[in-house]
Amino acid sequence: MSEVARVEEQQIVEDSRPAGRMALLKEFWSYFSENRGAVIGLVFFIGVVLVAVFADFIAPHGPNEQYRDAFLQPPFWQEGGSITFPLGTDAVGRDMFSRLVHGARYSLFIGCVVVTGALLVGVVLGLVAGFFRGRVDTLIMRLMDIILSFPSLLLALVLVAILGPSLTNAMIAIAIVQQPHYVRLTRAAVIGEMSKDYVTAARVIGVRRMRLMFITVLPNCMAPLIVQAALSFSTAILDAAALGFLGLGAQPPTPEWGTMLAEAREFILRAWWVVTLPGLAILLTVLAINLMGDGLRDALDPKLKRS
Amino acid sequence: MSGETILVAQDLKRFYEVSRGTFKPAAILKALNGASFTLQKGKTLAVVGESGCGKSTLARLVTMIEPPTSGALKIREVDIVNADRPTRRELKSKVQIVFQDPYGSLNPRQKIGSALEEPLLVNTSMSKSERRKAAMQMMEMVGLRPEQYERYPHMFSGGQRQRIAVARALMLNPEILVLDEPVSALDVSIQAQILNLLADLQERLNLAYLFISHDLSVVKHIADEVMVMYLGVPIEAASRDVLFSNPRHPYTRALLSATPIADPLREKQRITLHGELPSPMDPPAGCAFNPRCSEATDICLKTPPEQRKLGETVVACYNPVG
Repeated sequence: MSEVARVEEQQIVEDSRPAGRMALLKEFWSYFSENRGAVIGLVFFIGVVLVAVFADFIAPHGPNEQYRDAFLQPPFWQEGGSITFPLGTDAVGRDMFSRLVHGARYSLFIGCVVVTGALLVGVVLGLVAGFFRGRVDTLIMRLMDIILSFPSLLLALVLVAILGPSLTNAMIAIAIVQQPHYVRLTRAAVIGEMSKDYVTAARVIGVRRMRLMFITVLPNCMAPLIVQAALSFSTAILDAAALGFLGLGAQPPTPEWGTMLAEAREFILRAWWVVTLPGLAILLTVLAINLMGDGLRDALDPKLKRS
Repeated sequence: MSGETILVAQDLKRFYEVSRGTFKPAAILKALNGASFTLQKGKTLAVVGESGCGKSTLARLVTMIEPPTSGALKIREVDIVNADRPTRRELKSKVQIVFQDPYGSLNPRQKIGSALEEPLLVNTSMSKSERRKAAMQMMEMVGLRPEQYERYPHMFSGGQRQRIAVARALMLNPEILVLDEPVSALDVSIQAQILNLLADLQERLNLAYLFISHDLSVVKHIADEVMVMYLGVPIEAASRDVLFSNPRHPYTRALLSATPIADPLREKQRITLHGELPSPMDPPAGCAFNPRCSEATDICLKTPPEQRKLGETVVACYNPVG
């Protein structure tokens, strides 16, 4: 009698393993948190997101508000600085801190839009290529090879030159430049998955093509895509800043970090803060996202998993 | 009802073109070169042979994953090779398959419940609660517990996964189940459980099984009829008892003598085959088995033997033994 009870108890214990999504999340976090750099990156990134969301409350001044009595004022800890403008002012008397805070919005916006656009188009093209193979595959992949054969920033420059300089066009250009990576990743993952029995099983069951592509196969290809999305988020910010610096991205007086850098170029020797601070903002954000992306890869790549 | 013929295959062939590099013409791989058999309700036809003999190709043809290069395949008198799309779709649901590797045959991102309901979702207009009910009934039938409905495949052992795979295959009420080495990836103790489950299901649902295996002890346990294949060609077919007691083809004899028997005192009379299985891209002239056959004569080197009836056995050999 007691033995039977014990057996049942054991079964219950075995069954109480956390099931479903929560378990997956928990497992993900245990891998992710092993990587300290990734956690620091995540914390910093969340900080940037919060700053961007609450920019209106954090920034002491409007991003485009000019104070004509305070041109090129240094940060508060330097001689001549004041706490009114904690990180100093630029050449036309705008508060650097407020501009940087508002700039976070642009950077995140650029990252999100570019990654979403590139991901959507790239995943669909990659799925089609990997699924149908043959001529369609060749056509898509050679097209992607052509895009990849240009230096990415150069191609973005050409595209912006054709479309006309603006932040929207810069984002479109960067998305086009980035999307071959998604196509290749998706295609490789799809081809890998297609040979597995569960895909054949789904076919035998009578699952139709669209469902097979998007519901059966695609979710199993997501891990490398998430990592790529995280890493190319930073590339997008960097490229947008570079285009802004070259005068082809966001146009002044937008407080975009790259554009701010470009505006401040001539003061590089006289007022270090107008150049250094936007640069530092770009550097830290990109670094944080890259660290986070590495952590994501460690956590999501099945090849690195120890079970 | 048992014994009613449900599937007839006549001279099924499947060739693949294999690219050998840019400047060479593609080679033809004759994976399956003329198989004829019938499946009966409630009966099991076992297909045996070593790897590369076309067993799995046969499974893929019968489940309509691939079309045959030539030959006829009829389910309930309907020719499925030339049938129109709706008929094909309907017949397709009558033939389901269970794969060898239970770790690869379940979608890792799909809960067991939705894996079982998917066949109903894409093929019928049943409501969500009806589907759930059907899935629950099926889980009970194959020996899974209801609380496992919400689990993901990685939480199950190989044997349980194979139960899930069987359950999924049965969701559409098929009449034919193709079992592509369903137990060879499992432990021996689990093998017995799954085989018993399969036998039980066959009896309850009057299913026709096409059981593909290389394990003769398993075949002896479950089969009614046995077909032995060598290099894409069936070389001997008979009922289980006839085949195991009186093998006529030299290859079948060698195959049977290689089955391990758990009896240390028994005298081993193993017939060893020499040489390797020839490449199916470049099969020997005449009978495909002639380079390894102890009974080969001149005619075996020239023309491939026809199938002929010898007593209760159909055999393709000029010099049958026994």
